[in-house]
Amino acid sequence: MTFLVEHGPAIAIAIPFLAAFTVPLVAKLGGRVRDGCVVLSLALTEFVVLMLAGDVLANGVRTYALGASVPSLTAPAGFPVRIILEVDAMSALISLVAMTIAFLASLFSLKLIPAKEGLGKFFALFLLLSAGMMGMCYTGDFFTLFVFFEIVSISSAGMISFFRSGESFEAAFKYMVISVTAGLFLLFGVGILYGNYGMLNMAAIAGEVAAGHSLLDVAAISLIASALLFKSGSFPVHMWKPDVFQEAPANVVVMILTSSLVGLYVLFRILFTVFGTVSTAVAGWLIVALGAVSIIVGVLMAMPQRNLRRMIGFVAIAEIGYVMLGVGTGLVSMQPVNAFGVNALSGGLFHIVNDALNMSLIFLAACAVAYITERRDLSGVGGLAHRSAPLAVFFLIGLLAISGIPPMNGFASKLMIFESVFFLNPLLSVIGITGSILMLAVFVKVFVALFLGTPYEGKLRKTPKTMLIPMFVLSVLIILLGLFAPFAVDTLITPAAQALLDPQAYIGGVI
Amino acid sequence: MISLHFLFVIVLVVLGLSAVVFKRNMIKIVMGLNVIAGGVNLFLISMGYRQGAVAPIFTNAPDLLMVLPTPQALTLTAIVINLTVTALMLSFIIMLYKHYRSLDSFKRRLLG
Amino acid sequence: MSIIVKTMVCLIAVPVTVFGLYVVSHGHLTPGGGFPGGTVIATLVALMLVAFGKGAGGKLGGRGFLSSLESIGLFLFAFVAFLGMGSTFFGNFLANTGGIFGDPVAFGSNPGNVNTGGVIPFMNLAVGLEVFAALSLIILIMFTHSKEDTP
Repeated sequence: MTFLVEHGPAIAIAIPFLAAFTVPLVAKLGGRVRDGCVVLSLALTEFVVLMLAGDVLANGVRTYALGASVPSLTAPAGFPVRIILEVDAMSALISLVAMTIAFLASLFSLKLIPAKEGLGKFFALFLLLSAGMMGMCYTGDFFTLFVFFEIVSISSAGMISFFRSGESFEAAFKYMVISVTAGLFLLFGVGILYGNYGMLNMAAIAGEVAAGHSLLDVAAISLIASALLFKSGSFPVHMWKPDVFQEAPANVVVMILTSSLVGLYVLFRILFTVFGTVSTAVAGWLIVALGAVSIIVGVLMAMPQRNLRRMIGFVAIAEIGYVMLGVGTGLVSMQPVNAFGVNALSGGLFHIVNDALNMSLIFLAACAVAYITERRDLSGVGGLAHRSAPLAVFFLIGLLAISGIPPMNGFASKLMIFESVFFLNPLLSVIGITGSILMLAVFVKVFVALFLGTPYEGKLRKTPKTMLIPMFVLSVLIILLGLFAPFAVDTLITPAAQALLDPQAYIGGVI
Repeated sequence: MISLHFLFVIVLVVLGLSAVVFKRNMIKIVMGLNVIAGGVNLFLISMGYRQGAVAPIFTNAPDLLMVLPTPQALTLTAIVINLTVTALMLSFIIMLYKHYRSLDSFKRRLLG
Repeated sequence: MSIIVKTMVCLIAVPVTVFGLYVVSHGHLTPGGGFPGGTVIATLVALMLVAFGKGAGGKLGGRGFLSSLESIGLFLFAFVAFLGMGSTFFGNFLANTGGIFGDPVAFGSNPGNVNTGGVIPFMNLAVGLEVFAALSLIILIMFTHSKEDTP
């Protein structure tokens, strides 16, 4: 156990990598062996991440120097050398969310995709994407961040085009152009930082920035922040998101949704921890404004959509907006720290967790409906509640949670955001609440069309257990997080918010 | 004082970005991305440049005045990543051409 | 392609392979390593496809063989990294032990000793294998796919 925790940061990245390279070889032995290998490796990683999160919450920051004689030997000569992984409460929380979604999505995908020749390669890319997300969560230096960023882009693009239709290649090409541009911006920013400080380690650069900063830092932070906003699909570069949601396989969409949240996490890590002294109220206001516009654009564009998947894609843009609204408010009121700022920050971070769970549940339920009816276009389908009650219940839970109806988790986090954003500017709360109500309208319309009304006459496939289990787990998590929201905020979210607000702990972990 | 290579970096990045934003031909978009990558790589390499220094390798080194090795490692990694990205995007373009019989990025199906 | 091209490809095949292997195996001493070496060997595949046409791809073992080779290369890389787990992930457990690739490295300008570097030569080998297989696969697939369409 201590071995697992001590080497946890490296193991959590290495297991999916090793499995990704093993699965194409193992796939020749048969489908069951391949599926077992995928699910087992992700379950093992999930276990390691859980252990690590428990340890970090109890004992504080944990660092890991790859290739050193002991894991904690990060700065043998007074300055950081080697690739350093660093886990604090914030990255532990995000990695827990990302890995949970990855594990459930892998379960969901077992029966979803028709057996084709390239399925071993598909799961290899799936595992690479999980490894890339883990790397983005745990990395402690900028260049490794760039490498994992590109791993996430390449493996997602490969999976988006899995169905090999013209539209899916189009979506993948669009995603790729945006991601590659973002990656090059990130690299440019990292290059500026390297030229300025001669280091790549986040904690060490944070220490240097705190001592004094120049205009070059502002240039670097703009480039890096814009790169990560490209990745997370907030307002100005949101156009890839609906396309990807429409065309990619369901489990891939869920993973890309999570990877965009991981991108947001990295943005917050860099804005708060590394450039805590540079990113003044201006940066915070920019994030808040982009978040508010994302909510408006996402919800307004979701309403006229006829394709359900595309509609959920636009709602995902709006949900990203809520996270940015909360955390941006935290950033505006960081110097000096005040109570509503901390509350908004916690609300934003809590909403990252809830967004991942809610959007995944509703999207998986929608795709399960498409699976059992064997149709990509759901326009003629209705009255499914009589014939497939579990799917209706799961969809309803997801709907209520996304629209922020009590007692679901979405209510808890949105309430925290609204009540604290109100002190910054009441208009922002109005935008948020209006967006929430419109989301409810949009989804209720879909729910009525899909599950109520005249029963669907066509043939229905049985819903496989591997699809029901992930949706069931997600629903249980949503309800538990909603009912025990104060407990969850106290144990998970507040330490994460404190970790963002206090960069000294992160810096002290390395130097 | 601004060195000349930084000027070239800016010119390359702006040229590449304008190609990505304004060109309709998908192959030209990929070329634009490669031009940006060239500019960024030039920037990284020029970070570690020292006049008159040799490559940072001890084997038969004529001199111990060496350029910084880290930017070179970074650039090499960036080049490898750029290679994979270009290969992937070009294969997407091959498949898109097969489906739509056109390289025009405006002739697409997913709208709004 | 004409007989001149075919003969030249056959003639330079051996030197190119040897040079590629040299670049891979001396990766820890000279500029190069797994990626450049693997790329050098993969250019041979491109030459063969140009000279002998699509049929040459089958002689290389086809796509299945190359993609297995790719997975094996990557697996070996990750496996060697895991072996270092006695100290840390990626730990160099062979360096300076006196065994295989275990000689201590001299500081300053030196003629170069191949028997140094610990696990790095093994990793170079794995990366070389992977890059060779992956690039050959990319070239092979792009070549066959773009040929299908030309009227």
